Amino acid sequence: MVKVIYRDKNWEVKPGSTVRHIIEKAGLNPESVLAVRDGQLINEATLTRDGDTIKLIAVVSGG
Amino acid sequence: MKCHKCGATAVIQMRQHRLQLCGVHFVEWVSTTTQRAIETYQMFAPADRVLVAVSGGKDSLSLWDLLLNLGYQAEGLYLSLGIDEGIGYSAKSLEMCQKFVADHHPAAQLHVVDVGAEYGQTIPVLARTRRRGQAKPCAVCGLVKRHIMNRVARDGGFAAIATGHNVDDEAAVLMQNTLHWQTGYLARQAPVLDERPPSPAASGPACEGDLREACGTRGGLARKVKPFVRLYEREAAAYALIRGLDYIYDECPFAKGSTTNFYKELLNQLELTSPGAKQQFYLQFLRARDAGRVTFAEGGDLVLQPCARCGQPTTAGGLCAFCRLWE
Repeated sequence: MVKVIYRDKNWEVKPGSTVRHIIEKAGLNPESVLAVRDGQLINEATLTRDGDTIKLIAVVSGG
Repeated sequence: MKCHKCGATAVIQMRQHRLQLCGVHFVEWVSTTTQRAIETYQMFAPADRVLVAVSGGKDSLSLWDLLLNLGYQAEGLYLSLGIDEGIGYSAKSLEMCQKFVADHHPAAQLHVVDVGAEYGQTIPVLARTRRRGQAKPCAVCGLVKRHIMNRVARDGGFAAIATGHNVDDEAAVLMQNTLHWQTGYLARQAPVLDERPPSPAASGPACEGDLREACGTRGGLARKVKPFVRLYEREAAAYALIRGLDYIYDECPFAKGSTTNFYKELLNQLELTSPGAKQQFYLQFLRARDAGRVTFAEGGDLVLQPCARCGQPTTAGGLCAFCRLWE
């Protein structure tokens, strides 16, 4: 399984889907987040593998 | 997805530019884009000392890192606002700025002003006890930050204050000002806000005695520049991640649910279906205004007078809004 982390939430998805699919499935806008795997930025077409941990990082901030 | 420059795996796709790049070429692209903005808008010269307003967030730390790597004399200014809200926000953000210096640029100079220690009250306390801050502390916070940044820049002889404002920030403000037809703000929104020298009135009756020196050194408005004005917020964040800059992920607890963030999300929905929409909205506005295709009646110069107490410019006459805050 693939572990997905976003802010203070985390959940699991099946491997084999793209990062963009995970972002959209989570109801997030791909323009508003970036994805990181093993500390490295990855593009949204990247296919996820079993055992991956994908961290989604919100890029919108203010204040 | 391959890098358009070298064919390695791309880390980011920028649809508005029809460009996808690997980490190395993305950092190079951000540097070139920022340098071009600095030159196009004549923000500052290589010999100038620049004061970068840093918050510990991705935009300001990325900007500081980039300016130092480009060889500019960039010093950081961190304002400790005393915001805790159960998460130690100010303490954590200062720590990020100090860590940035220690890890990436040990020779860089970070100036820190502790608002609570220097002026007697933190932003949350000020906001709770002043009418101006009752609805939202951001109004008080913005006023205090602008005042102190200007003071430090003027006293320190800096050529400009650089902030990490990007296309998303500017487009959101533009949208907000357009929806409310804030013509005065629309007239002034720009990548560069020119320096305003001390008014000749600074040597007049309002500045006699002890205030004369303050008016002489602190008068006028420092030049403000936004070198990231061609970058999306997403790109500033990607730059920080690729460069390994630790930054504070949490946004200011008082900014949660802010109108600006709401407009940013709206613009990102538009961007999803129309890549480049944010950039077009903002840059075409600047071009149309600069070409005289749109004009605003309130675009004339504001008359600035020195504040009777601190000497910083004010349009009100008498005390400036900052000094009135402490009455």
